[in-house]
Amino acid sequence: MIEGALWRKWVFFYAPMALFLLFLLFPFYWMVITSMRPDGELYRPWNSINYNPFWTWKPTLDHVRYLFEETLFSRWLWNTTFIALASTAISLVCGVFAGYALSRLSFPFAGSLGTGIFITYLVPQTLLFIPLAEIIRNYRLGDTPWSLILTYPTFLIPFCTWLMMGYFKAVPRELEECARIDGASRWQAMLYIIIPVAIPGILSAGIFAFTLSWNEFIYALVFLSSPEQKTVPVGVTSELIRGDVFFWGPLMAGALLGSIPVAVAYSFFVEHYVSGLTGSVKG
Amino acid sequence: MGQVVLKGINKFYDGVHAVKDVNLQIRDKEFVVFVGPSGCGKTTTLRMIAGLEAISSGDISIDGNVVNQLPPMDRDIAMVFQNYALYPHMSVYDNMAFGLKMRKFAKGEIEKRVRDAADILGIGDLLKRKPRQLSGGQRQRVALGRAIVRHPRVFLFDEPLSNLDAKLRVQMRVELKKLHQRLGTTAIYVTHDQVEAMTLGDRVVVMRDGVVQQVGEPLELYHSPSNKFVAGFIGSPAMNFVPVTVTEANGSLIAENSGLRIKLPVETAQRLRGHIGRDITLGVRPEDLTVANSADVDNPCFDAVAEVVEQLGSEILLDMKVGDGVMVASIEPTVRVKVRDKLRIAMRSSRLHVFDAGTGAAI
Repeated sequence: MIEGALWRKWVFFYAPMALFLLFLLFPFYWMVITSMRPDGELYRPWNSINYNPFWTWKPTLDHVRYLFEETLFSRWLWNTTFIALASTAISLVCGVFAGYALSRLSFPFAGSLGTGIFITYLVPQTLLFIPLAEIIRNYRLGDTPWSLILTYPTFLIPFCTWLMMGYFKAVPRELEECARIDGASRWQAMLYIIIPVAIPGILSAGIFAFTLSWNEFIYALVFLSSPEQKTVPVGVTSELIRGDVFFWGPLMAGALLGSIPVAVAYSFFVEHYVSGLTGSVKG
Repeated sequence: MGQVVLKGINKFYDGVHAVKDVNLQIRDKEFVVFVGPSGCGKTTTLRMIAGLEAISSGDISIDGNVVNQLPPMDRDIAMVFQNYALYPHMSVYDNMAFGLKMRKFAKGEIEKRVRDAADILGIGDLLKRKPRQLSGGQRQRVALGRAIVRHPRVFLFDEPLSNLDAKLRVQMRVELKKLHQRLGTTAIYVTHDQVEAMTLGDRVVVMRDGVVQQVGEPLELYHSPSNKFVAGFIGSPAMNFVPVTVTEANGSLIAENSGLRIKLPVETAQRLRGHIGRDITLGVRPEDLTVANSADVDNPCFDAVAEVVEQLGSEILLDMKVGDGVMVASIEPTVRVKVRDKLRIAMRSSRLHVFDAGTGAAI
């Protein structure tokens, strides 16, 4: 390589990359470090002698213990898992079938229906929760997990449908035609050929849906009221901020523990997930 | 049995008339090839026979039963696709067994049929592999295997060799021919490659713009094409076409243009009696042109200038300037020719084709 190329690489590649990483990862670092600092350090004024916001010499698990012993955190975790899994399952089943139908079957208004579904996805939740709250109240679903399991699909189904539509379009039509000549009905061709081939797409739709419902805040805040029904994002923020007092340690510990399942889900499926995004179908 | 009859088949795609009134009788055990440039309707016709495409009007019957309304699965046909369409998540064995499983064959019978087909195609040791672990030629064989395990009444092939490299294509072509001779199943084959059509087909159907131009045995198409399109499409290098005017002189007919003046042989002249003073197109195949020698007293001759000399070993392809036009001759490899040589070229007059200048129909 020519002389001078090295510093170029540092200036134009490594340095911006490092800055970007710092920018991206610092909040996570802050979350981790805060969740491990003793309260004495956390609430020390900035002008005290040994003020050191970025590091601690006395890491503690007190906040985590507090979270599990003094709050309903384990209950919130369970609520969130149940709600996220159930709404993801509902949305995936609907999304896969709808995506298949919109991409493969020719019926009147298929195109405009597809666009319509996409537009519903664009309606902001902050607008939709008002009429939805009315519906939830009428069906007496308020303060139950079902209020979320049934409302999350309103934005998850359009999302899954849209993603699966694109994926099914990338699957060669001949695969299905061949299966149908081989003696499969349309239903069998979909079940035995198209869906197995589309597994990477289904997985990525599933991961996205799971993450969206795991992190969802506004519906959970509006539809749930009793502490033992809450999900992690709502529970942590409503129970650990009392008046204007922020319990920073448990708050950050809760945020950390709440983001772990999502991180695990991502890394577990990452291979499928990436190939799902690139839409690779080998013929 | 596997007799397929197409009666007045038409296909309209949102206003486009893709296939126009196709009538054809395909006999049992026959190998019929549909050939034509892309977009000529050959694949659409095949897909209508397969049941993958609805028929706008007309009847398709297999062994006497009209199948217009039958779904593909009930037509007892097998199809091989251009991109093989192997099921990527299944092993070779499962790919081949899929059709039999769907039809609820007994396990032992499935096993036996798959093994037999794999042996015929020489893929017996690949049965456990996944399609992505196979080469193009192997995938092609699996696709064929998937078709033959079913023992269908009719095989449909949609350009099955066009994804293979040139050498493999020739090899698979021979194998397909052998396979057909061995199994004797009726086959309908679609290709845009006239060499495949000529070598594989018992009969060849030439299509253009949705219209069947000619149906016949390969040599019949070659020697007596019904129009200029068929003449130009079949044969490589393509037939030379020379626009000429027919005139009469001393009782014999002369075809001439700016660079060419030839006396037409008697049998051709008789066909052209009604065309005196009119324009026609003369067709002559490259191999019917030779460098003239003293023996060519009966054959019409003309002057040409060699422009490109392509040595193929077994022959020489000679691009020549004749008057304002260009012609290609395929001549003996022993002849010594250089670029810009002035040559006297003789035409084998018994093989001369004449076409109407307007309609292109053979006269």
